[in-house]
Amino acid sequence: MANKIIGLEDAAALVPDGATISFGGFTTQRHPMAFIYELIRLKRRNLYLFGHSPGGDWDILIGAGCVKRVELAYEADEAFNTIGPRWRLAVQRGEIEWEDYSNFAMVTRFNAGAMGLPFMPIRSLFGSDVLARQALSEEQRAADPRTSPKKLHVMESPFDPNDKVVLLPAIHTEFAVIHVQKATANGTVRFEGQSFADVQQALCADMVIVTAEEIVEEAELRREPERNLLPYFTVKHVCHVPFGSHPYAVFNYYDYDPRQLKTYHDGAEDEAAFQQYLDKFVYGVNNHTEYLEVIGGAERLNSLKADPEFGYSPNLKRRRLE
Amino acid sequence: MADYSYTLTELMAVTAARQIKDGEVVFAGTGLPMLGAMLAQRSHAPDCCIIFEAGTMASQLAHLPMSVGDPRVMRGAATAAGLSEVFSYVLQTGRVDVGFLSGAQIDRFGNINSTSIGVDPRQPKVRFSGSGGACDIACLAQRTVIIALHEKRRFPETIDYVTSPGWLEGGDSRQKAGLRWGGPDVIVSTKAVMRFRTNTKAVYLASYHPGLSAQAVADDTGFSLDIAGATETPIPTEEELYILREVVDPERVFLK
Repeated sequence: MANKIIGLEDAAALVPDGATISFGGFTTQRHPMAFIYELIRLKRRNLYLFGHSPGGDWDILIGAGCVKRVELAYEADEAFNTIGPRWRLAVQRGEIEWEDYSNFAMVTRFNAGAMGLPFMPIRSLFGSDVLARQALSEEQRAADPRTSPKKLHVMESPFDPNDKVVLLPAIHTEFAVIHVQKATANGTVRFEGQSFADVQQALCADMVIVTAEEIVEEAELRREPERNLLPYFTVKHVCHVPFGSHPYAVFNYYDYDPRQLKTYHDGAEDEAAFQQYLDKFVYGVNNHTEYLEVIGGAERLNSLKADPEFGYSPNLKRRRLE
Repeated sequence: MADYSYTLTELMAVTAARQIKDGEVVFAGTGLPMLGAMLAQRSHAPDCCIIFEAGTMASQLAHLPMSVGDPRVMRGAATAAGLSEVFSYVLQTGRVDVGFLSGAQIDRFGNINSTSIGVDPRQPKVRFSGSGGACDIACLAQRTVIIALHEKRRFPETIDYVTSPGWLEGGDSRQKAGLRWGGPDVIVSTKAVMRFRTNTKAVYLASYHPGLSAQAVADDTGFSLDIAGATETPIPTEEELYILREVVDPERVFLK
């Protein structure tokens, strides 16, 4: 069996400027944050992001100036902050290009790519401006092969003239980076809890990089193969990154960190405060180990650890933090 | 007059919960819909099936989630998978009875904007988070419940972007657009409960919250609101308030 384990810094360095990429997770859980911070430290530019409901993973990348264009359905940390602050500012200031879809539409696009199909139909979007309008112009689309030449297409069913569907273009990215609970050196991957669209995102990418809380023996994951959602041969690199999703949650491992999220959100709309956040938590540290010290070290991390009965921290205080 | 007090958030959560019938499949979002769904499950609808779009079905929440992708939605769930399973196999096939929606602007036909403010969405004055699953829920749930802040500017004549289609231009325009079922059933706002006329699909005032009048609600609505026959919104029962405060949200995550 192969040993696909490489260092996080080496993995992030594989992503060039201008790359097309998607990150796993959903709003407040299982984003590959440690990988994201590495991309910011590497000062990657002009990235093309594809996602359904990202949260602070995209927000900080956008704020740090790493992103050129996004295709998405939603960008926020939900109840922690209902609009991604740097996303909102970047759009309003014209600093970013984007296209709006819905979650179902984006997941269907990943699914089409994952199946090797050019497009897939859905019954959603009819009557909406998600269908009727587009944020990217025909010229922008035509000029850049990273974006589909057409946002979507309405088609009458060839089997029933009274039925119609919306066809959505497949997504193919150069990279997918997903953060999971367990992986093996060989690339067998175990998701615990919700899988979000990580499987589809991984399978429509040329290169899949997995960051994992734990590296375990192949035999351990093969005892229950029905719980492993990605075949090992689709995974190119594996990185061992404990607390790799902080400040977001990882089911069965740790909860989100309301204090860190508050620190981010409190300053994110102010240029100086946002720069201070980047300076302290991203540029000011050399690696993820140092980051975990700066956010509060073992004491903070222990306070977030999941209760095995729940898979999260049932007594975690989420509101009215001083 | 009741000899106990309740807050506006509690009134809205209770009103939202009462829209859910026992045994129904409920597509819930973050915030008030979670309060309502959890209350319904702990009171009159113990067999309602709460689905979160990030991948869980039939959650039996022990703690309020901060997001639909929160580890807390795993509690007591019957199945856990991903977005594709929920959207493709459950929502698209018409298996969701009721979905919850909200937004920054809502028009008289229950069309909702949660994308941006400004005439040209490519150069918006204010940008929001975007559809998420809202457009899909609006298109494919059997009916929807809309939660709204009731202000004149939030109920304008026309909205800047139709993120979530309601009854579109009214009448049979929704079906003509290609939506074969569904549509908004009720708006639960901070001032009122509004429903939709059977044929025209235009909104009307069903009830105004205690302390307000039908005219006061109409005055705070940007389009002309049909107030004929409106009554007062029924208030929460003591039992509902107890469940909300002590069981659903003792931490006061969303309750005010």
